[in-house]
Amino acid sequence: MALKIVKGSIDRMFDKNLQDLVRGIRNHKEDEAKYISTCIDEIKQELKQDNIAVKANAVCKLTYLQMLGYDVSWAAFNIVEVMSSSKFTYKRIGYLAASQCFHEGTDVIMLTTNQIRKDLSSPNQYDTGVALTGLSCFVTPDLARDLANDIMTLMSHTKPYIRKKAVLIMYKVFLKYPESLRPAFPRLKEKLEDPDPGVQSAAVNVICELARRNPKNYLSLAPLFFKLMTSSTNNWVLIKIIKLFGALTPLEPRLGKKLIEPLTNLIHSTSAMSLLYECVNTVIAVLISLSSGMPNHSASIQLCVQKLRILIEDSDQNLKYLGLLAMSKILKTHPKSVQSHKDLILQCLDDKDESIRLRALDLLYGMVSKKNLMEIVKKLMLHVDKAEGTTYRDELLTKIIDICSQSNFQYITNFEWYISILVELTRLEGTRHGHLIASQMLDVAIRVKAIRGFAVAQMATLLDNAHLLTGNTQRNGICEVLYAAAWICGEFSEHLEDPMQTLEAMLRPKVATLPGHIQAVYVQNAAKLFATVLRKHDGETESQAAQETSQLLIDRLPLFVQSANLEVQERASCILQLVKYIQKLQQKNVEVAEEVTALFAGELNPVAPKAQKKVPIPEGLDLDAWINEPPSGSESEDEKPKAVFAKEEPKHSRSRHTEVDEKELARRREVRKQEQASNPFYIKASPSSQKVYDAPGVEHIPVVQIDLSVPLKVPGMPMSDQYLKLEEERRQKEKAERKKKEKKKKREKRGKERKADSGPESEEDITPAHQVDIVTEEMPENALPSDDDDKDPNDPHKALDIDLDKYVPHCRHLQFIHVLHIVMCRNEFFSKTEIYDFRRIQKKMLCSIETRLNQLSWFPVQKSSKHKKKKQKKEKEEKEKKKKKRHHHHHQHHGDAGGEDSVQNGTVEEEEPLPVSQSHSVSLKREVKVYDIQGNHQDESKVVVSVIFENKSDSFLKAMEFNVLDSLNSKLQRPEGAGAHDSLTVPFQLPPGVSNEARFVFSVQSIVMPQKLKGTLTFIVKSDESSTHEKLDFKLHFTCTSYLITTPCYSDAYAKLLESGDLKGSSLRLEGINMPFHHLLARICFHHHFSVVERIDSCASMYSRSIQGHHVCLLVKTSDQTVSIDAKCDEPSLLGNVLDEIKQTFSKC
Amino acid sequence: MIKAILIFNNHGKPRLIRFYQYFAEDMQQQIIRETFHLVSKRDDNVCNFLEGGSLIGGSDYKLIYRHYATLYFVFCVDSSESELGILDLIQVNLLQFVFVETLDKCFENVCELDLIFHMDKVHYILQEVVMGGMVLETNMNEIVAQVELQNRMEKSEGGLSAAPARAVSAVKNMNLPEIPRNINIGDINIKVPSLSPF
Repeated sequence: MALKIVKGSIDRMFDKNLQDLVRGIRNHKEDEAKYISTCIDEIKQELKQDNIAVKANAVCKLTYLQMLGYDVSWAAFNIVEVMSSSKFTYKRIGYLAASQCFHEGTDVIMLTTNQIRKDLSSPNQYDTGVALTGLSCFVTPDLARDLANDIMTLMSHTKPYIRKKAVLIMYKVFLKYPESLRPAFPRLKEKLEDPDPGVQSAAVNVICELARRNPKNYLSLAPLFFKLMTSSTNNWVLIKIIKLFGALTPLEPRLGKKLIEPLTNLIHSTSAMSLLYECVNTVIAVLISLSSGMPNHSASIQLCVQKLRILIEDSDQNLKYLGLLAMSKILKTHPKSVQSHKDLILQCLDDKDESIRLRALDLLYGMVSKKNLMEIVKKLMLHVDKAEGTTYRDELLTKIIDICSQSNFQYITNFEWYISILVELTRLEGTRHGHLIASQMLDVAIRVKAIRGFAVAQMATLLDNAHLLTGNTQRNGICEVLYAAAWICGEFSEHLEDPMQTLEAMLRPKVATLPGHIQAVYVQNAAKLFATVLRKHDGETESQAAQETSQLLIDRLPLFVQSANLEVQERASCILQLVKYIQKLQQKNVEVAEEVTALFAGELNPVAPKAQKKVPIPEGLDLDAWINEPPSGSESEDEKPKAVFAKEEPKHSRSRHTEVDEKELARRREVRKQEQASNPFYIKASPSSQKVYDAPGVEHIPVVQIDLSVPLKVPGMPMSDQYLKLEEERRQKEKAERKKKEKKKKREKRGKERKADSGPESEEDITPAHQVDIVTEEMPENALPSDDDDKDPNDPHKALDIDLDKYVPHCRHLQFIHVLHIVMCRNEFFSKTEIYDFRRIQKKMLCSIETRLNQLSWFPVQKSSKHKKKKQKKEKEEKEKKKKKRHHHHHQHHGDAGGEDSVQNGTVEEEEPLPVSQSHSVSLKREVKVYDIQGNHQDESKVVVSVIFENKSDSFLKAMEFNVLDSLNSKLQRPEGAGAHDSLTVPFQLPPGVSNEARFVFSVQSIVMPQKLKGTLTFIVKSDESSTHEKLDFKLHFTCTSYLITTPCYSDAYAKLLESGDLKGSSLRLEGINMPFHHLLARICFHHHFSVVERIDSCASMYSRSIQGHHVCLLVKTSDQTVSIDAKCDEPSLLGNVLDEIKQTFSKC
Repeated sequence: MIKAILIFNNHGKPRLIRFYQYFAEDMQQQIIRETFHLVSKRDDNVCNFLEGGSLIGGSDYKLIYRHYATLYFVFCVDSSESELGILDLIQVNLLQFVFVETLDKCFENVCELDLIFHMDKVHYILQEVVMGGMVLETNMNEIVAQVELQNRMEKSEGGLSAAPARAVSAVKNMNLPEIPRNINIGDINIKVPSLSPF
């Protein structure tokens, strides 16, 4: 044996290890791929060996190769083997490899559950640590669900090293399995005050991540964090907390006020730049949140801005960058205070560092005014020309458009200038933002009526020079512009000087290389232009020009009729037939212009993008109801082109004339299609039509001379720069005129105050060059003013939006058995008459809560002293009656939208409101208490019940004593020497609003039956003037499920267990279960502590073990809505009870 | 959250990659290439933040990197991390903790070769600093202590049976010029058992 080991290790020492592999790769620079492939072959051989050391070495090398980009997923099973080695050295290698290459799609991951669980509970802290680290990288929803409870236990591990890792990994678990957040949260909160700074930091980290996404649920933690902020010296923790406060302040302005002072102190005292920066950032957030309520913080804003200016002026580029970043936050609410630093920001625009330029760009948005817009944009245009790299240039482009179009083109005084800027931007090579420019062009042309003439002329030139835009295949992003150009030229064709030329440009064969949707617009707008041309030549009898136009269309359109794009094809064939028809009429000298123009009559108005959404749905209209029963089968394909048509061309208000024509055309096309279909010789792209395609193509291929050394300039385009000069002159002129006028005025009003006219022009003085009529977007009459909340529904954090303060009845606790609530609070004073009402309300409330709680929690009995005993008795009786009823009905009542719901675990036992003290009538809010019961395998007769006491009253609670009336079967474990009925002192006191957890151990003898224990909690309520002794009664419900512990089982062991014949069977049928099978399994696992051994289709075997070692096996099968569970257990009565509990769980859905 | 940590050299060769979000291998390589492309063309005296590597992307994310001699250390983080804090994490700046400093201590004096030959060790160190995309520990002494304890454990586990392998690798690492670089392992492997006359 020893010899074998020695031999093995001698063999091994000549295997390549990681260093050899790396060295080898470095020595084979020329044929690296070949060398690596031989290495992989070697590794495959090594993985086949039995020696775990060899395997681990191979896996280690694979991890390296993975880094170089080699897919190593084929070795996933071997990685799992290495992970399960008992030696730390190998285990670590295995977990490292797993964390590098496992992901949710890796199928062997499900094999690891038990191994990881074993490692987590390993006595060696580094085994646990390595498992946690690995798990943090490849945790899946299944793993999270199965291991959440184990990890939660580790959060209270004795070693801080494990605690901090367990705390941190909980965030990953929450993300994958949101149900675990609620039960884990109290413990997580506890860890905020852990004595170990590392654990504390981890807890802060996790809560900050959680709160960042759903801040409102964590507002209640603010006082705790505030305390941490003032006490902690760990900068890392401080930064996190301060960042968190930044997220919280918008929700709670009072918090902000409290923060300003300590934050300012930190700003002054800290030497850490990172901390200082985050403080400034949060102060800004505070000021922003306060600004609405209190305008009196301008001094603080100035302070922040000044601090930031210092950062921006710093030679350290990082600080400069961050300063600009923070500045942009202030800009949103206090643009004026930023504007005074315009010089600095414009200077940053010339910085050699792209990141800084980008940040400065963000700020420019707030810097512009009517006066300097042109100047700033000119500067940006220069940058566009110089910019290397498309990212920065695209960013510039979007910023230019943003700046110009902001608040409804507020700062644009000259739209001709803006159009020429847009046209100039089309020269950009390879930009992704063609559609952006296009939409701006459309927007301006539609909304600014005065500009249409100019815009149309520009667009016509663009169309004429389309080859410049489309010439290079890489530039296809920009050809979107042609979409806009074609549409504008068509729609506003009355402004065109030479529509014929534009029409010709739009029908060039080269157009066929454009994307389909653009071609479609081309074709449609060619028809519009055609109408315009006809109209122009209206009245001239036998007009040569009109007929030529028709001929042009008839010649060119067949090219589009052949288009592969349905949209283009359909429009083209429609229009072609129309034109042919018109030509016939023309030849008969019929006046057609009028009627053709009528096709495109009517003006389009801009409609707000959300207009449709904002129309409230009229009452009684069910949008989901079928209008007609859906036909079975393929209806969608035929309708598709139609739908697209309607979408692209929203001109629904055509004259009736059109409809007739289109119907006619449709009919004809149908006939034609049928003809074609029945004609066996018809080939779609016939050679003759190919000729038609070629002939005009040759004629019209433009001979272009592009000198690429010179920056591309679209010929005939006005340069935007000249507008700057023009504008300057215009303003000068205006100024002069104004001066004249003012002088006149002055002359008239001699002796009156003089206006300083030599100063800089104010905004209002600048008048737009054109009489601009900006059409605002139309909204439907009864639009709702609300804004839509655009939250990404796929955001994993959405699931974590759980209000942790609110008690939710169907609390999904992990394997926690009971959740119980004791609500009691005693602070609001009511007069005696009011009491009664209040009690009734409370009773109702409690009843409804109870129904929903569904036996999950219990309420304490508050034994009220002297008052109204009679009445209470009556009430009690009533209540009891109600309760009975409820027990019959609550299954139906239970409305749980989430589908997954609570276990029948704890039981609402008794409730009775109102402690009435002698002198005052006191109403109740109450106090909440949550507890869980957990057993463990090590001790087969003990269960731990943890109880969370929360004081919701305004009084101080102290001297709490917890007592349970022991039954024969279950006993509360009391310290030695204590009597059998003595109470246990709860080892803490509760100030108002504070909660704490205490644990009590119960010893249980028989676990085969569920049982209830009665208990009481006594405590002293201390208020300002008095202190009273109070008492709460409650009952604990130990279900049989609570004695089960999720225990993994391998399928072979499971089979053996079933074969052994020691187990007795029982079965259960559930009808009407309407949930996916995996949900069903998850629910059984979750609520009843089972684990899935094997699952085949709609059949699964499950296993669990009781704390006393009873095996419980389930075989779950499902077929439409019926679930049958065959169960086996060595203890029939335990099994019966567990099955009853399962039945109850499912009867609730 | 930290989305990824990449270490590569001046030629873009990866020395350590650690993604906290799944990407397929080819995607990982593409990200490395693109990140290298972005980072390498920047001067040393510009800021250490970069936005919009389109692959690792999203407007919430940015790249924070440092350049040491022949190595780039790049972190991709979202807005919940403090920019300067991460820079500090990469190297002691104003706070007291670091990643590179930790490497320094553990490897005596870190240089690229150490990273090349001990990628696994670097991973183990990194695991003590960042876990699952969140910063686990910033106290350098604590990190070093934990790493050393684990290494000691590994050594004690190796024990006798690992000794020959260690000896061989020590010989290999001596890197003497007269020893041929590629020992024919196969031959020796056959000879060794024949030497022992059992």
